[in-house]
Amino acid sequence: MSLLDSSLWEVIKASLSPDIWKDLWGPIGETLYMTVVSSLIMLVFGLLIGILLTVTNPDGLVPLKASYTVSGWIINCLRSLPQMIMIILMIPVARLIFGKAYGTNACIIAIAASCIPMYARIVESSLLEIEKGKIEAAQAIGSNNLSIVFKILLPETLPSLIRGFTVSVISVLSMTALAGMFGAGGIGDIAVRYGYQRFQHDRLFACVYILIILVQLIQGIGNLVSKQILKTRNLI
Amino acid sequence: MKMTAYLKINDLHKSFYPHGKTLKVLDGIDLEVEKGEIFGIIGFSGAGKSTLARCINRLETSDSGSIELGGTDILKLSKRELLKERHRIGMIFQNFNLFDSMTVYQNIAYPLQQARVPKAQIKERVLETSELVGLTDKLKVHPGALSGGQKQRVGIARAIVTNPDFIISDEATSALDPQTTIQILDLLKEINRKSGITILMITHELDAIRYICNRMAVLEEGKITESGLVRDIFENPNSKTGELFAKVFRLLQSVELTQGGGI
Repeated sequence: MSLLDSSLWEVIKASLSPDIWKDLWGPIGETLYMTVVSSLIMLVFGLLIGILLTVTNPDGLVPLKASYTVSGWIINCLRSLPQMIMIILMIPVARLIFGKAYGTNACIIAIAASCIPMYARIVESSLLEIEKGKIEAAQAIGSNNLSIVFKILLPETLPSLIRGFTVSVISVLSMTALAGMFGAGGIGDIAVRYGYQRFQHDRLFACVYILIILVQLIQGIGNLVSKQILKTRNLI
Repeated sequence: MKMTAYLKINDLHKSFYPHGKTLKVLDGIDLEVEKGEIFGIIGFSGAGKSTLARCINRLETSDSGSIELGGTDILKLSKRELLKERHRIGMIFQNFNLFDSMTVYQNIAYPLQQARVPKAQIKERVLETSELVGLTDKLKVHPGALSGGQKQRVGIARAIVTNPDFIISDEATSALDPQTTIQILDLLKEINRKSGITILMITHELDAIRYICNRMAVLEEGKITESGLVRDIFENPNSKTGELFAKVFRLLQSVELTQGGGI
């Protein structure tokens, strides 16, 4: 049903009909799969790079100015690429790894490549938030750098890390929708093929509902968890 | 009674270079602290007190000079040896610097874990220490739920749990109200009396020094301008800072006497 020949109310009504939703569960699954896998990859590498950036910062635990400057520059370069261009750039890489340049797995590579640098920067800014005195206290106690990172730095900034991760997961979700244009499947694929190319606005609306619900859900969980941690620590 | 010097600092220099300018923070510090005493260092903000404190456990790298602590040449230690040596030096901070992610118990246990003390011993030692500082009923809560005085008790417990020979107190009572300050000073005194631990009290609070220290030094623009018995310096100051402090102190004293408060 299209807005071209039906009223808004009718399109909305149609967008809620089971006929439309029965075709959506598969794409929802694909979207969730892409989001979860990409987010996990982003979490691991983003954390790692974020920690390295913080540690090698000129004011950090192991100041390495050259490495910090170079890695910062690379990250900035990667971050200046719009997501769409990153997807196009990663097509040959995906073909190399999976043997095909389309599909959910292929797009996960592009999503990770685009979101890891972003999340690394978010991790870095979270970690830099820690009060310097805590690090100093840990050093005065005689902790080595490994303990300081894993027993002080990460636990102390955990609520902020979780909030940053929440924002990044939402960014991953929005990128999966974009990836739909490049054969990744999922909600974005439905929105483009039916909503854009065939004017089936009821399907487009359904996609919008799903995305809104997913974003609310992700943000809600993130807020809840980080708030719960702050509560346990009696900080709010 | 002759005591032996525990901390010996010789001709210590440290400069910072903010925005291309040279800032001499420590300009030839000579200092001797005897074993088992509570030694006070007083100075205005910017006199270099904190830098001096942080040079002792090498949180700050000094430019030249020597620091000897209990016969160990601190500045000659390798990185590994330094970490080990730090288990033997406790430090207390103005802002407590407790770890919010850990409970009080975990905060106090942390230095023991870092010193690789066996688990069973850790528990025993944490309970012992928390009893000494009066925190046995707070072990399960996080520092966020504590008052300033209680937080500093955790800070002190964390500093003494490894049975160090030496404690650096960097403005430990400066963020506390007068009553709490007295309680914390009493606690430090008690710890000093019970375990014979040497305490270096760095502060800008006259009352604190007068209340707890036997000997003191005045730090002025990166130099020790006078040192000796607290009584002598307050009665017969020889330096600008000493004079000013003594004057302020006499003023305060007359006010406090009429109010019946103060230390």
